[in-house]
Amino acid sequence: MFLGKVIGNVVCSVKDEALTGKKLMLVDRLPNGPTVVAIDAVGAGAGETVYFCRGKEASFAFLPDEIPTEATIVAIVDTIYAEGE
Amino acid sequence: MILARVIGHVVATQKQSSHEGKKILLLQPLTLDDQPMGDRLVALDAVGAGVGDKVLAVQEGFSAMTSVGQTDAPIDAAVIGIVDLVELS
Repeated sequence: MFLGKVIGNVVCSVKDEALTGKKLMLVDRLPNGPTVVAIDAVGAGAGETVYFCRGKEASFAFLPDEIPTEATIVAIVDTIYAEGE
Repeated sequence: MILARVIGHVVATQKQSSHEGKKILLLQPLTLDDQPMGDRLVALDAVGAGVGDKVLAVQEGFSAMTSVGQTDAPIDAAVIGIVDLVELS
């Protein structure tokens, strides 16, 4: 998983049926990674620090529904305790 | 699997249910010279590692979720060992 900051969301009217009702969030990987689109599983909003799961496992957050996603926000971060920060 | 240093931990109240009760560690991947390499990552702890420990981590779903006792969970990284020694011949 990687830490990220939610910087916005994406709206698609035409999309895979399984994505209906799912929030597509724009997430900047921290500290300076690429921006990815991730589906939200925890109710995250813009400005929040989160961590997200990648790969096939990302879709497991929504089982038994089979959602086509390769990145899912799985937690909203309250605090990061890191050495030297 | 990669070698990494535990550089911190993350607290999250609102999280996917499979992550509840798990320690969430912040890892910095290392080179063989113990130099930082690449982006830090978040991994669930399967062995009781703490800040400062050099650890063995997996970045693949099946191994990560089984090591923390889960199946079909959104977990793609876990700490599965604490490194005592790396011997180079």
